[in-house]
Amino acid sequence: MSEPACAHAREGARPVPYRGGGFAPRPRRWAGAAFLAGLIAFWEMCSRLGWISPLALPAPSEALAALRDLAQSGLLAKHLGASLGRLAQGWTLGVLAGIAAGLAAGLFSLARAGILPLVAALFPIPKIALLPLFIIWFGIGEESKVATILFGTFFPMTIAVYGGVDNVDRTLIRMGQSFGLSRLSIIRKIVLPGAMPAILSGMRISASIAIILLVAAEMIGAEYGVGAYILLAGNLMATDQLVAGVMILSAMGLTVSWLLGMAERRLLRWRA
Amino acid sequence: MDLRVVGLTHVYAGAPVLQDIDLEIPSGRILCVVGPSGCGKSTLLRMLGGLERPDAGAVLQVGEPPEGCLNPLTYIFQDFALLPWRSVAGNVALALEDRRLGRAEIARIVDDVLARTRLSAYRDALPRQLSGGMRQRVAIARALAVRPACLLMDEPLSALDAQTRELLMDDLVGLWLREGFTACYVTHNLAEAVRLGHRVAVLSRRPGRVREVIEIDMPLEERAERMPELAVHERRLWQLLREEAAAADQELADV
Ligand SMILES: Nc1ncnc2c1ncn2[C@@H]1O[C@H](COP(=O)(O)OP(=O)(O)O)[C@@H](O)[C@H]1O
Ligand SMILES: [Mg+2]
Repeated sequence: MSEPACAHAREGARPVPYRGGGFAPRPRRWAGAAFLAGLIAFWEMCSRLGWISPLALPAPSEALAALRDLAQSGLLAKHLGASLGRLAQGWTLGVLAGIAAGLAAGLFSLARAGILPLVAALFPIPKIALLPLFIIWFGIGEESKVATILFGTFFPMTIAVYGGVDNVDRTLIRMGQSFGLSRLSIIRKIVLPGAMPAILSGMRISASIAIILLVAAEMIGAEYGVGAYILLAGNLMATDQLVAGVMILSAMGLTVSWLLGMAERRLLRWRA
Repeated sequence: MDLRVVGLTHVYAGAPVLQDIDLEIPSGRILCVVGPSGCGKSTLLRMLGGLERPDAGAVLQVGEPPEGCLNPLTYIFQDFALLPWRSVAGNVALALEDRRLGRAEIARIVDDVLARTRLSAYRDALPRQLSGGMRQRVAIARALAVRPACLLMDEPLSALDAQTRELLMDDLVGLWLREGFTACYVTHNLAEAVRLGHRVAVLSRRPGRVREVIEIDMPLEERAERMPELAVHERRLWQLLREEAAAADQELADV
């Protein structure tokens, strides 16, 4: 105890106990990457020491070797290209349709009355259960897979955008009206930017859902695609290839998350 | 352009809010409206600017708005209502964007109005970087940019601390002396009302009626020096308001 604190302690005084702090996580730039690297190193060590049977789970180095073989055979580009194409199409269309439906539900009473019950009824259906239907409607080709992703991303996006529009400060909208802005201007300049945080978080959620649906759709009927690659590896019990496929998916998820993070920093600079 | 309120009555869900309001806001003068909270001051102001429709009675524009007026009835809000994603200049420009002005013309008006309100140094700042007082100054600049015929102010200083309020009050008085705008200024602060109002209308508790309209014929520029005389008016207003405020305070909210 320091000198003055000692003096006070003699009169029965003590410092007020500290009980604040915490509940404020801050970004730590390299902590995430370091944690991931540490985990993979630990896994590698366990495999090398024989604590994990290679039959149960291949070492990361083996999976990486499988990945390198895949890249050298030129198949990686084919699988990845097919998957990314479907993902981009389905997700973009789903997000755009979701923004339109969410805006309509957020702005117009009639649209709200129509869209909200529809979303409540259809959102919980696993879209992959509908894939056979989509195959009947759109054929076994790309369209049915894109449609699965589109439907899967449409609903969460609609809900996010609708909630975001509902939360736009009404006094800002009154302000726009009081300055004689047109309806379209109010939507474009006040409602959309005000709902942007919700739109971006909806894009985050729907991107993950899109990747899940992509793999599921590719497992049902595709020649190329990461999902098809993983399915084949599983059927052959080639666990190193299977883990390599899973790694590709994780990398896709990380990339999407990184891109959206950049978009958030750019578009939401005003929040800080 | 004068603004005239005749027999204005409004009912929210069975509960009357405003009853038979008659008011006149002559051009170039400031009418202050005071009343206990919940008596319908904000509602009245929304009707003055056409943001809400009264159940009965009307708000009339008498005469044409002056030449070059872009938005005759222009609000200044209590919580500023600035777009947080736009800079100071962008917020001012917003008010001009739907009016078929050229890009250069908008830039010229924005520069001019920012200079007049001494905000030029802040033109690229975002609202979150500004203090409350500066945000309200930006909102005032935005209102001036559309050259209003009548300013409608809903407790514009109530979200600010006492010192900032004093500074902004001086700004408003200075602005009126230079530009002579017409305004309806709603407040629950009697000191503000006697500082700025040529006339002060006292509303009763809900349902709001006009209890009395007091004329204060001391020139605005002398009021800062003649506080004791203003205090007489302020006391008079408080006597009128006192029972209303006390009764309004005891009421149960039923909405
Ligand atoms: N949109 C609304 N719907 C129903 N009641 C309302 C609405 N707006 C205001 N009121 C009620 O009308 C009364 C007057 O409100 P307001 O004009 O905001 O009072 P003031 O600004 O004088 O404090 C209040 O009792 C309030 O609860
Ligand atoms: Mg009010």
